[in-house]
Order: sequence, then structure tokens, then C-alpha cells
Amino acid sequence: MGDSRVAFDLQIPSDIEYIEGVVELATQRCRELKLSPAKCSLNIPVALTEALSNAILRGNGATGGKQVRIRAIISDTDLVFEVVDEGPGFDVDECTVDCTTDENLTREEGRGLFLMRQLMDRVESFRDKGNVVRLTLHRP
Amino acid sequence: MSFSIKKQGDVVVVDVEGQLIVGNRQELKQKVLDELEKGEKKFLIDFSQTGYIDSSGLGVLVSLSKKIREQGGELRLANLNDDLQTLFELTKLDTLFQISDTRERALESF
Repeated sequence: MGDSRVAFDLQIPSDIEYIEGVVELATQRCRELKLSPAKCSLNIPVALTEALSNAILRGNGATGGKQVRIRAIISDTDLVFEVVDEGPGFDVDECTVDCTTDENLTREEGRGLFLMRQLMDRVESFRDKGNVVRLTLHRP
Repeated sequence: MSFSIKKQGDVVVVDVEGQLIVGNRQELKQKVLDELEKGEKKFLIDFSQTGYIDSSGLGVLVSLSKKIREQGGELRLANLNDDLQTLFELTKLDTLFQISDTRERALESF
């Protein structure tokens, strides 16, 4: 990624009420980086909301007392968000469902990972002092 | 973020102000289900004041659409901005819902 800097590094209680504030902060950073309006108003808010809600509701299992960490890292080429929860982790490839097939179209759930992967350039999941989901968006 | 409900003719119109996401989707669901329970059949959700929608917000729309149809009613959507239109196209939900560009057109379509 070359030279990079941390734009923000936050720890929030594992509670969905905190999601919108974090997303707003991330969106502000995107505007400062002069990313395209759609990236700032659609790709990043939706993908980050999905990653945070997965971390809170699935990773941490909506259990009180847990935390979620969010880091934004900026380089010349990329904008990266890392969302870390205290859960056991999951395989992004295995868990992504194509929600556009006829049998899945009317499902009420299962669009989160699909959307993250559609809206970001790369989505990875790995273990590093917790379960990390890393969202990467290439800068123009 | 908030939801306001009003009646235009025989259509229940819901305005979604702000985001429709995991933190508030249940509120929207409950408000619409309450109206459905009262016997309302025609529903229009207007997104002209909406920022973004996440997967759980989309899921609630799918769920409401099913429940309304089961009661013999109809759910229509209006005023998706470019971002929301993209979201519906990515998930192919634009094929599942009847979507109008304006509230007026949506109301006329019932």
C-alpha cells in the first residue's frame, strides 16, 4: 500500500446505535479525500454499515460488554477500513450469498456480504487480535 | 432519522427521513404493520428524503412487501435517488418492487 497513515482509530461499544456516527465520520474523511460523490454517499456508508452490523450482531453476538474497533487507513492508492470484533471470525467467500438469484431474491436476509463485495474493491477477513474484516477502496 | 406516515386518499404514504438501516428498520416495519392491522391495503414508501439503505433495510422492505401482499394489499416505492437506484439494481430488487420516479406517479399507479 506504500506510505500510509491512520485517518482514525476508534473503539466503540458493541451496539448498533453507534453505527451511524462512525459512518458519518468515515464519510467526512472520504469527502476530504475528494472521492467521488457516489463513493461517499453510497459505497462507503453502506459497506461500512454492513461490516459494523456484522461485527456487532454476528461477530460479538449482540453481547453486552464487548467492543468493536474501526480503523481507517489512507495511502496514495487506497482507502482501507478495518473492523475488528471479538468473535471467532468467518470466511468471506464461503459466507457470501448471491442474493440476485431467483431463489434468493425474496429472502429477507443475506445481502450484507454481497453488498460489501459489490461496493468495495476488496473485502477480506482474517484473524489478528480478533476477527478483522478489511474493506479496501482504490483511490482514483 | 424518522418515519412519518400520512394518508393520501386511500394510500398510506410513509416518508423515510435519513437512513433506513439496522438501527431503525424495526420501527418502520412496526409502523407499517400497525397500519396493515387497521385494514389499510395500499402503501407507498417515499424515499425522497432518504440517505442510504443497508441490507437489513432492504430486507424489511422485502418482508413488508410479502406481508402486505398476503393481506391482499400492495406496496409501492417512489423517489429513489441515483444511489438508491444503484442499490436496488445491484440486488435486483428493482425487479421485485414497483418503483415510480415521483410520489404523484406512484399514487396514480394504484
